Amino acid sequence: MKVLVAVKRVVDYNVKVRVKADNSGVDLANVKMSMNPFCEIAVEEAVRLKEKGVASEIVVVTIGPATAQEQLRTALALGADRAILVESADELNSLAVAKLLKAVVDKEQPQLVIMGKQAIDSDNNQTGQMLGALTGFGQGTFASKVEVAGDKVNVTREIDGGLQTVALNLPAIVTTDLRLNEPRYASLPNIMKAKKKPLETVTPDALGVSTASTVKTLKVEAPATRSAGIKVKSVAELIEKLKNEAKVI
Amino acid sequence: MTILVIAEHTNAALAAATLNTVGAAAKIGGDIHVLVAGSACGAAAEAAAKVAGVAKVLVADNAAYEHQLPENVAPLVAELGQGYSHILAAATSNGKNILPRVAAALDVDQISEIIAVESADTFKRPIYAGNAIATVQSSASVKVITVRATGFDPVAAEGGSAAVEAVSGAADAGKSAFVGEELAKSDRPELTAAKIVVSGGRGMQNGDNFKHLYALADKLGAAVGASRAAVDAGFVPNDMQVGQTGKIVAPQLYIAVGISGAIQHLAGMKDSKVIVAINKDEEAPIFQVADYGLVADLFEAVPELEKLV
Repeated sequence: MKVLVAVKRVVDYNVKVRVKADNSGVDLANVKMSMNPFCEIAVEEAVRLKEKGVASEIVVVTIGPATAQEQLRTALALGADRAILVESADELNSLAVAKLLKAVVDKEQPQLVIMGKQAIDSDNNQTGQMLGALTGFGQGTFASKVEVAGDKVNVTREIDGGLQTVALNLPAIVTTDLRLNEPRYASLPNIMKAKKKPLETVTPDALGVSTASTVKTLKVEAPATRSAGIKVKSVAELIEKLKNEAKVI
Repeated sequence: MTILVIAEHTNAALAAATLNTVGAAAKIGGDIHVLVAGSACGAAAEAAAKVAGVAKVLVADNAAYEHQLPENVAPLVAELGQGYSHILAAATSNGKNILPRVAAALDVDQISEIIAVESADTFKRPIYAGNAIATVQSSASVKVITVRATGFDPVAAEGGSAAVEAVSGAADAGKSAFVGEELAKSDRPELTAAKIVVSGGRGMQNGDNFKHLYALADKLGAAVGASRAAVDAGFVPNDMQVGQTGKIVAPQLYIAVGISGAIQHLAGMKDSKVIVAINKDEEAPIFQVADYGLVADLFEAVPELEKLV
């Protein structure tokens, strides 16, 4: 079965981002970029499905600027077979991304689409679900376990009170949660080999998708900073402060 | 302007997050309708009808909606939602699962996890793990929005007397089935609604040591949370995780024990009113956001704290 994995290039999760002085956004110039951590988990899960003999081909796709090729090469080094870059310089909203992915799904006809549950930049947690609506596929969001059984996939999901398992008809969409797996590192020989794997570039226009959006960002501000706290010397002093100063216990 | 709020419920009872979501709807202004989609969900619908400020409760009672599978519920919401100016749901795992599917079915963008309402079409939401706050404006015909419960005060659960109306919609889409669930059992207050939260991190060293936190929490009437490190190490189940990818809490008092304070953890708790950090590393980043910091060995400080409160 063919597996399609969607990945996103985002600011590295360890970077403390700064808001631009003109409040137009966050400053991403000269900041380290990486593959979104949830997308790494999605790639890893696809590679494991291939190692188990469940998946026959892994196609990795991203939508973004030309530089997002780096993240596709990373996915190829981790075990994906080929890559598709939908090149768009604009920052796109989830619905536009879902529509572009729908066009790729129509073309590639995968049995399973795996993607991260959210990107750590926009923190939206929308694209997988939106792709579900557009394709009509069932969705297994926030997955911590994925088992393909015949023409179904059983997905254990992380929900607020614990875990829930659903059975989805294939083709289906799975979005990954942190505990699904521990992503591997790419080895140097695999990084070299990945340079020779096929990478196709298309444009939203070629896919016939309009990326217009109904939501625009008016401004981006830094969050209110907390006033500096104090260090207490003992537990007794801490309790005294909580009782009499902060009045919270 | 009429707003449709999707109720978060367990069929038998209404979840607290629904009250916060109605609170957000009240800030937008207009008539508020609540949709209760479930199976044998009469009790939840009755509870919704009593919520202050609700004008009408729509009840979709169908076996297909029992576990709120998005493949079944989203088409119902999209169909009912067409006449509304806004569709709101709490940003719980359930709301996040269903609402983007509704938005795409209506061909509109969705706005996730708003923390403030500026006007009927302009909202504030955190991005980059809460390190920036974006103000966004929507020109969509139907504004589809999830609401961060900690950003809004809940409305009163009693005092309303809304009309209850049965609605029907698409039934089982036949794409998914509920297999089972494992819910963590706890007598303590729910993490996202607790007034006091005591959280442990990697510094707890093992799951057994969480008993110190449970003892303290029971004395304070607090909920117990954890950092990702503690969850990944298997000390506690994942539904206790506080952070960007776990639960977002904003209690009156947050006590972080043996937690260094990574960006991703702070995203889940830095709106707490008072933050206390107990850590033996005085360089730990958690002290930069803590109102009161205690540099001490938690295995001495926590039992002493428990004894003295």
